[in-house]
Amino acid sequence: MRSYALRRLALAVPVLFGVTVVVFLVIALVPGDPALAILGSYATPESVARLNAELGLDRSLPVRYLAWVGNALTGDLGRSYALDRPVLDEVLERLGPTLILAAAALGLSALFGLAAGVASAVRQNGWVDRAIGLALLLGVSTPSFFLGLLLVLWLSVGLGWFPTGGMGALFGGGGIADLLRHLVLPAVTLAVVATAILGRLTRAAMLDVLRQDFVRTARAKGVEEDWVISVHALKSALVAVVPVIGLQAGYVLGGAVYVETVFQWPGVGRMLVEAIGRRDILLVQGGVLAVAALYVAINVVTDLAQAALDPRIEV
Amino acid sequence: MSVLARLLRQPFAVAGLALVLGFVALALAAPFLPLLDPNATEPANRLAAPGAAGHLLGTDQLGRDILARLIFGLRVSLAVGVAATLAAALVGGIIGLVAAFYGRWVDGALMRLVDVLMAFPYLLLALAVVAALGPGLTNAALAIAIVNVPFFARAVRGQALGIVRRDYVAAARLAGFSDLRILVSEVLPNVAPLLIVTAATTIGWMILETAGLSFLGLGAQPPQADLGSMLGDGRKVVAAAPHVAAAPGVVVFVLVVGLNLLGDGLRDALDPRMKGAETGVPQPATRVERGRAASGTLGHEASGALANSVLDVRALSTAFATPRGSFPAIRDVSFALRAGEALGIVGESGSGKSVTALSLARLAPTPPGTIVSGEVRIGGDDVLDLSLDALRRLRGDRIAYVFQDPLTTLNPLMRIDAQIVEAIRPGPGEGAKALRARARALMADVGLPDPGRIARAYPHELSGGQRQRVGVAMALANAPDVLIADEPTTALDATTQGRILELFARIRRERGAALIFVSHDVGVVAHLCDRIAVMYAGEIVEEGPARAVAERPLHPYAARLIACAPQLGQPDKPLAPIPGAPPAIDARPDGCAFAPRCDHAIDACRAGPIPLEDAGDDRRVRCIRWRELLGEAA
Ligand code: SF4
Repeated sequence: MRSYALRRLALAVPVLFGVTVVVFLVIALVPGDPALAILGSYATPESVARLNAELGLDRSLPVRYLAWVGNALTGDLGRSYALDRPVLDEVLERLGPTLILAAAALGLSALFGLAAGVASAVRQNGWVDRAIGLALLLGVSTPSFFLGLLLVLWLSVGLGWFPTGGMGALFGGGGIADLLRHLVLPAVTLAVVATAILGRLTRAAMLDVLRQDFVRTARAKGVEEDWVISVHALKSALVAVVPVIGLQAGYVLGGAVYVETVFQWPGVGRMLVEAIGRRDILLVQGGVLAVAALYVAINVVTDLAQAALDPRIEV
Repeated sequence: MSVLARLLRQPFAVAGLALVLGFVALALAAPFLPLLDPNATEPANRLAAPGAAGHLLGTDQLGRDILARLIFGLRVSLAVGVAATLAAALVGGIIGLVAAFYGRWVDGALMRLVDVLMAFPYLLLALAVVAALGPGLTNAALAIAIVNVPFFARAVRGQALGIVRRDYVAAARLAGFSDLRILVSEVLPNVAPLLIVTAATTIGWMILETAGLSFLGLGAQPPQADLGSMLGDGRKVVAAAPHVAAAPGVVVFVLVVGLNLLGDGLRDALDPRMKGAETGVPQPATRVERGRAASGTLGHEASGALANSVLDVRALSTAFATPRGSFPAIRDVSFALRAGEALGIVGESGSGKSVTALSLARLAPTPPGTIVSGEVRIGGDDVLDLSLDALRRLRGDRIAYVFQDPLTTLNPLMRIDAQIVEAIRPGPGEGAKALRARARALMADVGLPDPGRIARAYPHELSGGQRQRVGVAMALANAPDVLIADEPTTALDATTQGRILELFARIRRERGAALIFVSHDVGVVAHLCDRIAVMYAGEIVEEGPARAVAERPLHPYAARLIACAPQLGQPDKPLAPIPGAPPAIDARPDGCAFAPRCDHAIDACRAGPIPLEDAGDDRRVRCIRWRELLGEAA
């Protein structure tokens, strides 16, 4: 197990390297003068020259990459000129709310996705299966930005059950209850698509497992059917599904961009959208890098979880 | 069946096709429809409600007609989605083809690139691209296309890898055709269906995500409008005039639902493998529908009913559903067993011997199996009448199984002792500790060395023989009345086979349970069992005392089977197979099923069903000529 963990971590290194290269190259894609683009119309020739020197635009790309990555490793992701603060500070501040939202959505989607997939597989081709299948298809087709809008309109503006946006101040007197009230709608909105994807995958994995000989063995032993499904079949299906939950994190972190915008959730997603609007490219770079690194880490964790579930993954 | 026909057989896919065609037609016809100018503002008539004069769906905050904007917005969204999909398919397809075709470092480099692109959360990479290139519909579509390239590249590479290794590609290479020509004429046609499926299943996503970027203000910029940017505009007035946002939202949703329905349908129609995965999984118990099929066609068979039997099987028939209808896999199988008696069931694969064994505790898979007639009596109860719960209590307690391949029949994720404990019916007040102790005792009983270590092991850590001993231990957990072993030694090597057979022989001596031993190996069965039943094409063709049947078979098929059996102790001796093959389940003749392969067949054999006849000496045979043939042989 330990050697597997080390090898899995080692595999993440080249991927992370590639991620930094791609994120770095984003700035090279900027048409025209990046410094001018970053500083916008308020730029004076002096400030453009200063930023150019800071970004090292007079040097070759590989040298600039090394300098950038070296700085990034020491926590220096540059400065947001629009916000007049270090990129790292802003990103870290925004990462917390996104993590809360993504974790809630991922938790909801795991719960309902697994349940829907299992219920569907056990009643394969029955009307329950068809109904769930249709619901899941509607789920994957849902534009979360539209769904969020509907929920706000109906449950917040209309019925007044939930706040229309914001996050609620966890430490500002509202406490957990207030945070949860603010969290419900964005988390549900974000969870819908993830639930649908996970539900379809779980169904397929369960159908695969239920065909296997050991399920028949369990039944031949007179094991209760609920136990056959939940322990024998579901646990095996999880081996296939758990790494997918890692990939789900990608959809959830991406989808958070819409949901945070609709619900004014103060996370990285909304920060990115605002930063793009301001042409605050360094902030975009830092935010994307942080979230991508987080995503790579999540996938390492889910792969390790898979190895923990399956004793055959070893050596 | 053509792809289109298969597509049109799926109601959901047809609905999707109709929706998509409708939307496409609307988008194409937009300029010719009697619509208002989508960009004409009418400040006096802002946020008019749906149904207002001249504005079927009302107006937005600038007084523009929503219906007109909707249809032109749909046109833009569709065009952008299609363009992004084509671009992603083209680039991804080329990457996948090139990687598979050239292999080695080209493959390595391209696939690492794909890995890196996939290491980004889906939408974030698109955001980064838009951030660099600047907001705009073209850039947004480009960004969405880029993030979808990896899906196409991976899918195409996977498929193409199999094709570039084929002979005709090697031949084309040797013939000196250019790489491009080989790729286009030999490889591309084979990956095209996959490319279409991938495009069909991702286009909905791409439209959704492009609309999302526009919604965020990063896609279509005014005066250009797509469904996403209309939704974004509507959001600003959503409390006062929800219809402004609702109209484009609903259209995006329905459009994507249509595309996904169609995409799923296409995938199922184009990829028979996916369809195969949709065949039914086995239900907890075989379905029983007695009296439906023409059961007992032969009237009451000469059944071996015994006064003091523990198992009494009468006229058992199990049918299998096939695409061409339902056909009996086993037909009118009858036999009985006394306590401590061992019956060997032998036959070629497909003879119905396993279906017979599995049907006894309703473990034959449904679908496709259904028990259509008969009775299975264990101590007075008809197993086929039991409720699911009563059946579950019977299984593993009074009737227990040992299956063929112990690697697949044990749960790979569960420790051995947990799997054995699961088989034990706890007595009153028996706790977890006591159960584990019983599990160890069972393991020692079946000759597993070092039960302490093996108890904590997982199946893959044991040898084949050890695994099968675990299987036996589970079966013996509750001292069953009937033990059924379905080819328990077939998956093992010769030495291990011998040891497991010794184990069964010992169990017989010590336990006194009735044993049913299913095997294709007559030698093994004759050695181990008191009686033998030979099955052919779903029927018992001969049954009787083991020694008598093995030494002097009455049925021509049994005789051939025994003649070509390996000698015990010489398992490697090559077999002389019986010429021909048993009839397929849906092509069994009316008369004797063995007639096409039988040297002694006459017209009468083919005339009608052959009854299982009492042949004296406690023997039964299903052959109209057995007496004559016996005389010839003598
Ligand atoms: S009934 Fe006829 S065809 Fe069938 S086994 Fe006997 S002799 Fe052969």
